[in-house]
Amino acid sequence: MSARLTAARAGLVSCEACQLLSRPASAESPGYCRRCGEKLEFRRPASIETTWALVIAAAICYIPANALPVFTTITLGEEEPDTILSGVAFLYSSGSWPLALIVLIASVMIPLGKLIALAYLLITVQRGSIANHKERTRLYRIVEFIGRWSMLDVFVAAFTVALVQLQPLTSVEPGAGVLFFAAVVVITMLAAEAFDPRLIWDAADRQQAPLG
Amino acid sequence: MRDYREGNVGDLAGGPPGHAAAMDGTPALNPRVDSSAFACPDCDLLQHVPPLPRGTKARCGRCGHVLAARPPGPRDLPLALALAALITFVIANVMPLMDLSAVGRTTSTTIAGGAYEMWVGGEPIVGALIAFCAVIAPGAFLLFMVTLLLAAQYTPPPVWVAEMLRWAYHFETWSMLEVMMLGIMVALIKIAEVASVEPGIGMYAVFALMVFIPSILVTFDAGELWNRVSWVDGTTAPHPSHGVPTAEPRK
Repeated sequence: MSARLTAARAGLVSCEACQLLSRPASAESPGYCRRCGEKLEFRRPASIETTWALVIAAAICYIPANALPVFTTITLGEEEPDTILSGVAFLYSSGSWPLALIVLIASVMIPLGKLIALAYLLITVQRGSIANHKERTRLYRIVEFIGRWSMLDVFVAAFTVALVQLQPLTSVEPGAGVLFFAAVVVITMLAAEAFDPRLIWDAADRQQAPLG
Repeated sequence: MRDYREGNVGDLAGGPPGHAAAMDGTPALNPRVDSSAFACPDCDLLQHVPPLPRGTKARCGRCGHVLAARPPGPRDLPLALALAALITFVIANVMPLMDLSAVGRTTSTTIAGGAYEMWVGGEPIVGALIAFCAVIAPGAFLLFMVTLLLAAQYTPPPVWVAEMLRWAYHFETWSMLEVMMLGIMVALIKIAEVASVEPGIGMYAVFALMVFIPSILVTFDAGELWNRVSWVDGTTAPHPSHGVPTAEPRK
């Protein structure tokens, strides 16, 4: 394999918004893109630490998100709390198993999968792994793309609450679970944004002989 | 000055998408990097991307990320789509999404109603998040796109176009209308057990937006606009052979 030159090794910095290459204003702070005004960075700042912090925070929120009710149905004074999993069970038992599967994947498996995937990426980067670069980059792209779909259950709760307002007969109130669930979604999205996929390749680039 | 032959500048892929091919004997870049040089956002590899014919894209020779894409179709198509989407967006927000009737009573809701009921129901943060992802972010994205695409008709485009395009992309990340649509459908099926639900005009408008918004992104030639915008620092885009600019220290 021929020697490969990255922007960072060439002393250049690429704008994350418009992709313009610039020479950094100074070594400590690369400055701002002259074309679009975005703040320039060789690598996202404190990427590994920030991503770890957000992954751990999301993992903690994941527990109350599943344990607490996302909404409570009040029928003639009788309260019936609904968690995410009981919502899935309801959809399944009412015969719409494809929707039950979609909600199960979007609400339970995607957030969990994202946390595991980000932890795996962080650990391999920290260990300086030089294997499976392409596959790990693809995994990162999937995590980045799929994150928004976990918001599904937040919207389900919101529109159930908004629509079922037939007091005093029946009404639906949001529960505390929805806050934690929304927090999991937002924090994992921020974690994916904080992680810098270029770190995956830096280990391989470091193995090259230093440029003279 | 380093010669770019050292970098993998020959890793180019033109032609049909997914066709990555390393070209041998590609003329190396000037020692000065010109504006056809790109660093891959996913792996930072410096590469030379030649002017692409319409309907082709160039992928990173190392990690496969799409470095540049030139969409097919007329240049004004994204503007037409963005205008249509903006009008549809207004309809989607003003008209009720659906009506629910049970035991002789009817309620209806709009997109903002979903956020509002969350807010007054004791979850203001979630309400604000829904308002942001379903109203503010897509609204700002569409408004910015219409404005900047109209402004881009001028040569050179006004100075603020570059900054606005950057913000449009930031808002697009948090625009979640398609997720909301699926969420509404799940909610409808749950509620249909206890009451009859009629989709409203707002719902059809959201359906239309699910087609319009991705179409804008697919037909919009961002690279072409980036190449001719006036720069934020006040200068016009320098000639490609002028090499790499030095970043602005601070603002």
